Amino acid sequence: MRPKFEMLDNALIERILAEAFQLIKDPGVRVAPYVEDLLRGVGIPVKDGVAHIPEPLARTALQSVPREFFLYDRNGRPAVHYGGNHVHFDPGSSCLNILDPQTQQPRPAMTPDLVRLIHVAEVLPQFAAQSTAMVCNDVPPEIGDWYRLLLVLWYSEKPVVTGAFSAYSLHTLIDLLAIESGGREALRRNPRAIFDVCPSPPLNWSEFASQNLVDLARAGIPAEIVSMPLAGATAPVTLAGSVVQHAAECISGIVIHQLAQPGAPIVWGAAPAIFDMRSGKTPMGAIETAMLDVACAEVGKYLGLPTHAYMVAGDGRVIDAQVEMESGMSAVLGALAGINMISGAGMLDFLACHSIEKLVIDAEAIASAQRLLQGIEPRGASLATAMFTQTGLAGDFLKLKETRALFRQEQHFPSSVIDRGLPQMNGGGILDRANQRVEELLSAYKRRPLPPDREEEIIAFAEREGQKFGLKRVGEILSRVPDFEGAPF
Amino acid sequence: MPDDIFSLMRDSIIAGAPDTATYLARKAIAAGTAPLDAINNGYVPGMHDVGEQFARGQMFLPDMMASAEAMRAAMAVLDPELKKLGADRPTSGVVVLGTTKGDIHEIGKILVGTLLTAHGFQVHDLGADISGEKFAAKAQELSADIVGVSALLTTTMRNQKTVIEALERSGIRAQVKVMVGGAPVTRRWAEEIGADGYAKDAMSAVALARELMNQKTGPRTPEPIGSGKVV
Repeated sequence: MRPKFEMLDNALIERILAEAFQLIKDPGVRVAPYVEDLLRGVGIPVKDGVAHIPEPLARTALQSVPREFFLYDRNGRPAVHYGGNHVHFDPGSSCLNILDPQTQQPRPAMTPDLVRLIHVAEVLPQFAAQSTAMVCNDVPPEIGDWYRLLLVLWYSEKPVVTGAFSAYSLHTLIDLLAIESGGREALRRNPRAIFDVCPSPPLNWSEFASQNLVDLARAGIPAEIVSMPLAGATAPVTLAGSVVQHAAECISGIVIHQLAQPGAPIVWGAAPAIFDMRSGKTPMGAIETAMLDVACAEVGKYLGLPTHAYMVAGDGRVIDAQVEMESGMSAVLGALAGINMISGAGMLDFLACHSIEKLVIDAEAIASAQRLLQGIEPRGASLATAMFTQTGLAGDFLKLKETRALFRQEQHFPSSVIDRGLPQMNGGGILDRANQRVEELLSAYKRRPLPPDREEEIIAFAEREGQKFGLKRVGEILSRVPDFEGAPF
Repeated sequence: MPDDIFSLMRDSIIAGAPDTATYLARKAIAAGTAPLDAINNGYVPGMHDVGEQFARGQMFLPDMMASAEAMRAAMAVLDPELKKLGADRPTSGVVVLGTTKGDIHEIGKILVGTLLTAHGFQVHDLGADISGEKFAAKAQELSADIVGVSALLTTTMRNQKTVIEALERSGIRAQVKVMVGGAPVTRRWAEEIGADGYAKDAMSAVALARELMNQKTGPRTPEPIGSGKVV
């Protein structure tokens, strides 16, 4: 039996949905001019930039959303299964800072940092997907979004959770993905990436977000709504009230998306948080934030939709017991809730900072959560009596053939990050062990090249797009570095 | 009688009771109390107390928002009375706040404004999605001491620079200190765009605003966060 964690009963989910449908009608949802005609075309009134969406139309849109879909790896294999209770993890995304591996102090993230993180996440089996984890501060902000995707596509074969920073740049990112996939049709058929799209709480689909929803739907590339109510600040202070707002934001986004292209893949995603009334911070590691994540996903599951949440992030400013307690707890809760994609590993300081050392520690929490999901299985006709028949009361279970045959299925063996008393542990702290693990993973990483013609095309793309912002060496970086070293610019 | 009413005024701020604050302000004016006395002896000590309690973790943000609302209600009565007397409202400094063009996120900026108000600054919140020209025009109109520019997104962060450029174009850059903040903003970015200071969160924005005022007007006796002293 697979263990499961639930926050809401069906009656409460129905109440949440009833109020969410009420909200999208009145007061309605602020939408951008880009989608007003689309909405009016099916009879949704839009007045002064606010759409008043009737429940039946919203339910129709919800019906046309695919219940499941896959993201594919570079080799065309389905690697992430959105839908049902499939659970996957990816690193947190779009971080501007990194904890320096040497000093453990935060500093702006640079190209080599992102490349190192990609290498580590590529080797770790706990991460089914990569994310465009950092914004590289050594390139102009104007190219920040496609540049990080370029690095991920160059160094990774895994699917990617990404996002655009503007309505315009989305198309640059799609162009890049299409080159890597061997054309637009190949990309549509076997999407390698999913794009996060965020409404602005409360109930506002900005020009950029509205346009991204429509353009992704039409391109056939999966979208992931990341609604982020902040309970008590930009959303009702009650957890249930914030879940209602989350549902209303997701449903209204789905309406826009499905009107653009019925049947296009989209995910019911969330990055909610409580708003700490002492500090004004939004703690990602608070238990109430995890409760919101789980509850939001449950509503999506009730509607039969693929789900996402932002978890496995801690709030302390260094790697310490607090950060890892928070990250570990939410990894377990997210997994037990059956959330399809759980983003956030590696992040700390209220999502302001990434850490590759934390990423490898989080990977251990994720591995434990994945083991937990396998539950306790009866193996064989007898649970224990057959083994007792062999050993009697002597208790020599270590000698039994069943022990040897089954222990690997029963026990998860963590990496050297976790101290299990092995002689080689040397008694160092977890940060030392994490550092060592990062080095091991970096050594284990080996880049697999793309077909030569695609590599050339990607390099040409990077040169062309980089030159628009005065960068002359973007393509060169890729062509000269099977193993990236040093600062590029 | 005046001491009693000053005490009630202070309590109305701490309780976050705008109706009571308004009532007491009207009552004081009707009784011939000087508006400046009501401010300095009644309402400001209330905000002072609120700032101290918040700094000690004994008050929470919703309490402080309510206190700021009560202060605004009292000042809505007292400001016109001050003007009649040709007097100015006492202040730690005049701050123009806003979120950059293209950015609709307000909550961080609202917190900064509330905390600055609680610490004796006169805050003019322009709202969100504000162009550099609007910042400059308001700063010029009010002879602002500080312009605070917030941005939540990496894409809109760039517009913080356009605010500084607009202040330069309008010829008031030398008179105005610029502080920047927001999730993606870093000290390095603040230095790069020529801002005078960067604050990581709302509480450090108060400390920064005081430091910037010191730079403008010369050093004063340092005040602990939460003292809320009005100069």
